[in-house]
Amino acid sequence: MGFLLVHALTGLAGASSLFLVASGLTVIFGVTRIVNFAHGSLTMLGAYVGWTVLTRLPRDPAWFALGVAGTAAALAALGALLEMGLLRRLYRSPELFQLLATFGVVLIVQDAALATWGPDDLTISRPPWLRAYVRIADERFPVYDLVLIAIGPAVLACLWLLFNRTRWGRLVRAATWDREMVGALGVDQRVLFTSVFALGAGLAGLAGALGLPAGSANLGIDLSVITEAFVVVVIGGLGSITGAYLASLLIGLLQAFGVVLIPKATLVLVFVVMAAVLVLRPNGLLGRGGAPTALAGTATPVRPPTRGMLLGWGLLLLAALAAPLVAGPYALSILTEAAVAVLFAASLHFVMGPGGMASFGHAAWFGIGAYAAGLSAQGLGVPMPGALLLAPLAAGVAAVLFGAFVVRLSGVYLAMLTLAFAQIVWAAAFQWVSVTGGDNGILGIWPPAWASGPAVVYLLALTLCAGGAAVLQRVLYSPFGYALRASRDSPLRAEAIGLDTRRIRLAAFAVAGAAAGLAGGVFTFVKGSVFPGFVSIPHSMDALVMVLLGGVQTMAGPVVGALAYTGLYDGLLRATAYWRLVLGAAIVLLVLAFPEGIAGAVQRRLRRA
Amino acid sequence: MTVLAVEGLRKSFGGVLAVDGVSFAVEPGEMLALIGPNGAGKTTCFNMVGGQLRPDAGSVRLAGRDIGGVSPRRICRLGVGRTFQVTATFASMTARENVQVAAVAHRRGTWRPWRSAADLERPAAEALLDQVGLAAQAERAAGVLAYGDLKRLELAMALAAEPRLLLMDEPTAGMAAGERVALMRLVRGIATGRGLAVLFTEHDMDVVFGVSDRIAVLARGALIASGAPEAIRADPQVRAIYLGDGRTGGERPASGGRDC
Repeated sequence: MGFLLVHALTGLAGASSLFLVASGLTVIFGVTRIVNFAHGSLTMLGAYVGWTVLTRLPRDPAWFALGVAGTAAALAALGALLEMGLLRRLYRSPELFQLLATFGVVLIVQDAALATWGPDDLTISRPPWLRAYVRIADERFPVYDLVLIAIGPAVLACLWLLFNRTRWGRLVRAATWDREMVGALGVDQRVLFTSVFALGAGLAGLAGALGLPAGSANLGIDLSVITEAFVVVVIGGLGSITGAYLASLLIGLLQAFGVVLIPKATLVLVFVVMAAVLVLRPNGLLGRGGAPTALAGTATPVRPPTRGMLLGWGLLLLAALAAPLVAGPYALSILTEAAVAVLFAASLHFVMGPGGMASFGHAAWFGIGAYAAGLSAQGLGVPMPGALLLAPLAAGVAAVLFGAFVVRLSGVYLAMLTLAFAQIVWAAAFQWVSVTGGDNGILGIWPPAWASGPAVVYLLALTLCAGGAAVLQRVLYSPFGYALRASRDSPLRAEAIGLDTRRIRLAAFAVAGAAAGLAGGVFTFVKGSVFPGFVSIPHSMDALVMVLLGGVQTMAGPVVGALAYTGLYDGLLRATAYWRLVLGAAIVLLVLAFPEGIAGAVQRRLRRA
Repeated sequence: MTVLAVEGLRKSFGGVLAVDGVSFAVEPGEMLALIGPNGAGKTTCFNMVGGQLRPDAGSVRLAGRDIGGVSPRRICRLGVGRTFQVTATFASMTARENVQVAAVAHRRGTWRPWRSAADLERPAAEALLDQVGLAAQAERAAGVLAYGDLKRLELAMALAAEPRLLLMDEPTAGMAAGERVALMRLVRGIATGRGLAVLFTEHDMDVVFGVSDRIAVLARGALIASGAPEAIRADPQVRAIYLGDGRTGGERPASGGRDC
């Protein structure tokens, strides 16, 4: 019994920490409709700033509380600056561009934190009052955790009072329903939005600082925290603070007991619960319907390629085929990666643009393909052609099974479910060491003798990936491709003319999954190895950045985006140690300058001319 | 044989009884206008016939087959085309492509991922656009068409599936008065020529009395009168509803659910 009680209490303490982050995220989303990917980074900054402040203050409880409050205030100020400097300019942009901009902020903050505080984990020394224990049912339980348990409901109560009992709260809730109407009533929404963002950022800072005594300030906080916070917010229902608390309790307890029951599969467990909740309640526990669906912005007409465009593609392909004649081994390896990136981006574009399903976990299919190729080649001795056939097959089958859940959802919820699935695959790759080799990956998967050498590998990758991308393009101009766009443009009309929109979306999901799987399989033989990183969030983000850079609503977009991104990435990697900072800044500037992507902007210029 | 026979149709939303025991029938080549003040239950009736809503009670029979609660997709396949009160078209496609997609879906040609869609059903689509007066707009994106043109486009898309029953929810909203009569005369011609049954709602009484064979009048969810245009024009209850009799709420008009 005592054992259960202590684990339950640990779970409650964890739930409070989760809630602090998730409440900020959900408050920001509820009002500004911005999915703030940088929320984890704000939490991370909270931890670092908290460390700087607390290590300079006297170490008694009163000063500790003051330091934590000061940190929250500092982050709130930073949040306000971020809102005024960046996000305010993006409220009219498609939601995915806002997300992309906040992902740019994630990269910038990563390197800024690295430059300021260095790569080591920073801990605060714990005075006796922070190390104190109470005895609960014969087990020792930290007093600090009891404090955390109390802070969760206290913050919930404060937020509830703030939103329900103050004029500011009423205005904010009104703005959640109808921004324009609130503006028409003479309220300055800009101040309202800035203050909401500051509140959310302050909560993130609070969470970061309060996490210090039991943990550390480190560079991994941003992505681990944002993943958990997304899960909590989505389970609770986007924009619902009470829902976020309930979901925090659920996940906190699940983690506390999961560690005991199935220590190796806690991550999987969390995401399975999230998937189950979303299938049963597509808007989360307490979420309201009407989640935004048009993630990628309004649909613009898509013209079949003209003769001139086809000629351009042909010339580009010829140049690519001729590259081994002039390029050295290094340049060829970059071009090989670019070829893989083109197919990866094209497959995401297929579901996201014409399919209208913004997948945040597209690396899942890439990774499944990569592991299918790697495991079959190394474990079963399947020759390369067979392994390259298995890769899209495995990814396609997995995409059908999982897609059956995905195609019921739309908008942000769909994005989050795909992210969750990618995390399950990642957890499997990372934790199932006996099969996947865990963090060490699978090594030594090289092409056979006839296909070795950089030039042959390049041509092979180019053939398969350009071929795959061309197939995807062709399908988009087929009756099926039109039906897919029809299902995105107006599901109501599509069903009324006899189209099975769910089956069409599912088929598209499977095709895209198979294509990404092929890209993953090819990449395995290019690199000679497979790592969990292939399935990681940053890799999914790579695909998103490529597609959004190129422009979602243009068919040339993914190719342009993939080439630009690979070039930018490689150039930065060689030029500076702080490549994340520059890349993040470049993403932010590009989003501000070209809200419809590079290819989209070019297309518009051409039309106008 | 009767194309559409609706009997005792009922639907409530929460505590509001939107449609209460409505019955009517439409014969081939016949145009039945469903009229009534705002909130009378016209669109709810439409959505139950089109499969967008499931009736709480009553039956919807299409050529003798019960289609109550069947999905819109199946209902379309059984030969029902429809236009929506708020138009629903594919904004990223040209008007011609919109009609092509509908025609290809009708011919079960959607699941061909390798064939180019550019020329599929193109002559048929162009002929339909010409018929509804959209030939000049064929290459413009549906997203930029005027509202009245979208209504025409919806009509062309519905006709592309060669339906035996056409449901039109306020087909002429957003059009100039002259255009309205012209468009509905066109529908009249198609209905008579092909033996197409048409059920439509309309607020423009010139259109209603000009083209329909019979008129059914709904008020507060119940059918209060139905019959030939002249009879409806003379009906005292209908006149009371349209010209006002002082009652604004509460009591329901006396005779409901009369068959037609």
